[in-house]
Amino acid sequence: MTATIVPPATATARRAAQPIPITRLVKVELRKMFNTRSGFWMLISIGVLSVIATGAVIIFAPDTDITYASFATAIGFPMSVILPMIAILAVTSEWSQRSGLTTFTLVPSRGHVIGAKAVATLLVGLGSVAVAFAVGALGNVAGSALAGVDTVWNISLSMAPQMVLGNLVGMAIGFTLGVVLRNSAAAIVGYFVVSLVMPGILVLLAQVRSWFEDLQPWIDWNETQVALFEGATNTGEEWAMLGSTTMIWIVIPLVVGVLFLRRSEVK
Amino acid sequence: MITVESLTRRYAGFAAVDNVSFTAQPGRVTGFLGPNGAGKSTTMRVMVGLTVPTSGSATINGKRFADLPNPGLEVGVLLDASAQHAGRTGREILTVAADTMGLPRTRVDEMIELVSLTPAEAKRRVRNYSLGMRQRLGIATALLGDPQVLILDEPANGLDPAGIRWMRDLLTGFASQGGTVLLSSHLLHEIEVIADDLVVIGNGKIVAAGTKEELLAASGTLARSTSPRDLAHALEQAGIPSTIAGDGSVRTDVDPARVGAVALTAGIALTELRSAESAGLEDMFLSLTADTQREGVAA
Repeated sequence: MTATIVPPATATARRAAQPIPITRLVKVELRKMFNTRSGFWMLISIGVLSVIATGAVIIFAPDTDITYASFATAIGFPMSVILPMIAILAVTSEWSQRSGLTTFTLVPSRGHVIGAKAVATLLVGLGSVAVAFAVGALGNVAGSALAGVDTVWNISLSMAPQMVLGNLVGMAIGFTLGVVLRNSAAAIVGYFVVSLVMPGILVLLAQVRSWFEDLQPWIDWNETQVALFEGATNTGEEWAMLGSTTMIWIVIPLVVGVLFLRRSEVK
Repeated sequence: MITVESLTRRYAGFAAVDNVSFTAQPGRVTGFLGPNGAGKSTTMRVMVGLTVPTSGSATINGKRFADLPNPGLEVGVLLDASAQHAGRTGREILTVAADTMGLPRTRVDEMIELVSLTPAEAKRRVRNYSLGMRQRLGIATALLGDPQVLILDEPANGLDPAGIRWMRDLLTGFASQGGTVLLSSHLLHEIEVIADDLVVIGNGKIVAAGTKEELLAASGTLARSTSPRDLAHALEQAGIPSTIAGDGSVRTDVDPARVGAVALTAGIALTELRSAESAGLEDMFLSLTADTQREGVAA
């Protein structure tokens, strides 16, 4: 062990410290999402599952179903599960892995950090969906050629943005749970509760209580998300329903969660 | 310079930190001592903005930590070496920190070399690091931005003897270049060797603060002779109360010169004569924090 003293300050000459720009934080957060072992495998699994789903459609789907929509749906399913997990871990790892101690010491403005994480999550979502569409397109070309049928491009330009939005809604729900719960295990369990358990309960409630029947689509975010995946959000009322569920499940809890998070103690 | 003023932090009824005020001066190493749960870590967390104080303030060079534009360049912080993402490599952790501060990547290699992590170790994931290696990584993170102030909670924990020596040289070098060092530790010997100033906290309150010389001056003298009884007797004749410790040493509250003079007059050959400094800090610590010790007994 050498008794080296701190290297001379010339390497990083004293400068008037500049505020940390938000673009830099976004880059850092993006890097942090994938420079861990779990983050790395999440990313790999998106690519691998896209290819597997594509292969499954080519092998198992009847020739009439070799269409772009089939591929997009098949790839979209695993992605709709993995993307929210990525969003959750982007936030909760700071607490569950305690790296927040360093993160929030280097950047005391926690709102900026969470904002940068939100942007980074959005970019990952857009990138992943782009990969899904690309892999699906390749699969469609290859699959139709193998099956000897015409290549069917049955996803309209109005449908594609809705499918993208559907994935972003799922990520936003995960992100919100991460901010509110700040614990990886709790947020992941929470995500499956609100995405698998709760919709069933709401549907059941709508069946037994007639007054709730009209209310349910305004509350059930899962229903509005499925509508997006199917490209079926068309009327003004349907968009308003999406707005309502987004407000209830994303905007309000996220705002409250960030307010608490900014004051909370990082241990 | 770190200034803590009337800092209080309450948790559901009990005050973890209760009206604490002290300063850590530039060019000096300030040792922050206290029993487990005395409020050291809470105070340090408030300093760096991780915990919101109930009242009072902590400032660094006159500014609240949260108001520093790029804190990593001004304050190096190590609160808990284990608080790192276990799935990240050591090098990645430093790279992320360097990117956040806007430093060139070359700084990462400099720091890895400075804290004596090998390039192979730097590529390993932190999950596989020993406590000592995590501590080194934490110190590297703290020094990355070439700060003027260091806030370190138990940095010597888990370091091997060579590492402790290295850390000591590093911190004294840092202070001699005008840096401010605030360092908490349970290793009283370490603190005694390295610190210029001491702040002792117990049950959330400051129980003593000042320079090491001031605080240890009253700790008296340790003397040995071939016959401790004769020495104690001679001291008693001279009106100096003394105690004979179990190891045969004689301790008094007066300075060594007087004990030497008494021994000379009495014709007693001393085999050892020194200020009881090394045991002094421990005694002082235990007596000052006696009310707050879990064990309920003080030396």
